[in-house]
Amino acid sequence: MAGDSTRTGFLSDEELKNGPGIPGEARRRKGAVAVLECLEDIPCNPCEAICKYDAITIGEDITTPPRLTEDNCVGCRSCVPICPGLAIFIVDESLEDEKAAIEMSYEYRPLPEKGDIVTALDRAGQEIGDATVTAVKKTEKMDRTATVIIEIPRDWSMKARAIKLKR
Amino acid sequence: MRRCEMVCIGAGPAGLAAAVEAARNGVDVVVYDENERPGGQLFKQIHKFFGSREHRAQERGFDIGNSFLTEARELSVEVSLNSVVLGIYENGALNVMIRDRIEQVKAEKTLVATGASENMIPFPGWTLPGVIGAGAAQTMANIHGIRPGNDILMVGSGNVGVIVSYQMIQAGARVAAVIDAAPKIGGYAVHAAKIARVGVPFFMSHTIKEARGKERVEGATIIEVDDNWNPLPGTEKQFEVDTVCIAVGLNPATQLIRMAGCKMANSPVLGGQLPAHDLNQETSIKGLYVAGDASGIEEASTAIIEGRIAGLAIANSLGYLDDSAFLSARDEQLQSMVGMRSGSHGEVRAKAKEYLNTMMEER
Repeated sequence: MAGDSTRTGFLSDEELKNGPGIPGEARRRKGAVAVLECLEDIPCNPCEAICKYDAITIGEDITTPPRLTEDNCVGCRSCVPICPGLAIFIVDESLEDEKAAIEMSYEYRPLPEKGDIVTALDRAGQEIGDATVTAVKKTEKMDRTATVIIEIPRDWSMKARAIKLKR
Repeated sequence: MRRCEMVCIGAGPAGLAAAVEAARNGVDVVVYDENERPGGQLFKQIHKFFGSREHRAQERGFDIGNSFLTEARELSVEVSLNSVVLGIYENGALNVMIRDRIEQVKAEKTLVATGASENMIPFPGWTLPGVIGAGAAQTMANIHGIRPGNDILMVGSGNVGVIVSYQMIQAGARVAAVIDAAPKIGGYAVHAAKIARVGVPFFMSHTIKEARGKERVEGATIIEVDDNWNPLPGTEKQFEVDTVCIAVGLNPATQLIRMAGCKMANSPVLGGQLPAHDLNQETSIKGLYVAGDASGIEEASTAIIEGRIAGLAIANSLGYLDDSAFLSARDEQLQSMVGMRSGSHGEVRAKAKEYLNTMMEER
C-alpha cells in the first residue's frame, strides 16, 4: 500500500519498511515476534517497561519510537494489550501449510469466539479474506483490552491488522 | 462568610490533583464544581493513557478519576457539587451559587481549574439536531450510555476527533469519514491507525459545506479546500449520516480569571487568550493559581502534573511544606512534564508555555 499516513491515517508499506520496530522476514519465520507499528515521536513507553527480555528500547526520551531487538524477543505477547495505541502485533510465520498467526488487541464487543471465521482487514480497512480465530484472551491484567489470534495465509502476515465479525 | 485555606474551582484532573496534593500536606481544601458529578472529562476517557508509569500510562481515564476521588475522600477534601463560582473578587473573596443559594467564601489561596469548552464552526444546517460537539457525543456514549447517532461524520482530525471516532465505533456506530481542513492529520498516528484499519476514510483538506435535513440531520456535504482554505467548487462529496460531530478544538474557560484581572497573553497553540503564570502555576495576582486546560489547552496527563505543582506551591506558601521539600517535589513534577511536552506534538506546547511564563516576569 502506498500513501502518506499523515493524510490517510494508516502506515504504508514503505513507511513501515524502515521502521525500527519491524522484525525481518527471517526472524518472523522462526516463530512469534512483536511487530511495533509505532513510528511517531509521541510520549509513551509502557511497552519498554513491560518487556522482560530487553527486546524493546525507548530510552530516557520517552518520545523516541520503540526499537525492536528481534533476536531478544521471545514472542511472549505481554506488550500487545499494554499498548495504549493498539499498535503492537505478534506475528508468527512458522506455522505449517504456509500459514501465519497474528495476535492483535481487540476492544470491540461482542468478542469473537475460538473457531469463528472472520474477515481479515488490512491497515486501510480493506477486506483481504477469511481468517480463523484460534484464540481469544481476556484476563484481569489486560484491563478490558482483549487480544485475538487469527490464522491466515502467510502472504497476509504483514498486511492483516484488523478483523470484522461475520455474525 | 465561610473561610478556608484553599479553594479549587473545578473537580477535573487539574483540580483534583491539586486538592489531593495540598490536602496530603495538611491544607484545608474545598473543591467547587458546577456539575452534578466530579471528575471533569476523566470519566468519559475510556481509553488507556499514554506517557510513562509516573503519568499513569496504560491506565484508563475513568480509573484515574476514581482513584483521585478515593484519595480526596481519604484526605477529607470537601467536594461541593452543583456549585457555580460566580465571581472572584479582591482578597480571595468568592461568590458561589450552590443549588439555589449563594454562599460567600474567603480563601487564602484559590486555584482556577475550570477546563475548557468546545469550539463550534458555523455552516448551513449547523443548528439542526444531530450536529453536536465531539466531546458531547463522548459524554452521551461514555457517561450516559446513549449512542448519539448511528452514522457519524467527524469534523476534525485532532486527538479528540480520532479518539471519539474510535469510541463511537466501540459504541456500535459507523463513522462515515473523518475530515479536516488542514492538510495533515492532527491527532496521534496510532489513534488514526486504529480507525483507519476498521475502514474509516480520512478526507484531509476538506471542510464541511452543509448539513442537510428537515427535522434533523439526514446527510452532510463536504468540500475540498485549497492551500488558502478556499473551497474548490466541484469537489463536493455527499455522506448519508444522521450525526455530525464537531471536533475543532477547545476554548479555555478563562471567564473567572479575566474577571479577577489576571494579566493575559495570547497563545494560539494553547487555545487563545490565557493567563500568564509562573512555574508554580501562580498568576499575576498573588494567591490566585491556574492549572489544566484553563491555563492552556493540553491533555489530562499534563493537567494532573500542573495541578500537583499548584497544590504543592499552595502548601508551601501556606507554610505546610518547607522550601527545600517543595522545590524537590516541584522539580520532580517539572521533570515528569518534560516528556509530555516533547516530540513533534509536545514541543510546540512547551514553547508556548515558556512564553506564558515569560509574560509573567514582565509584570
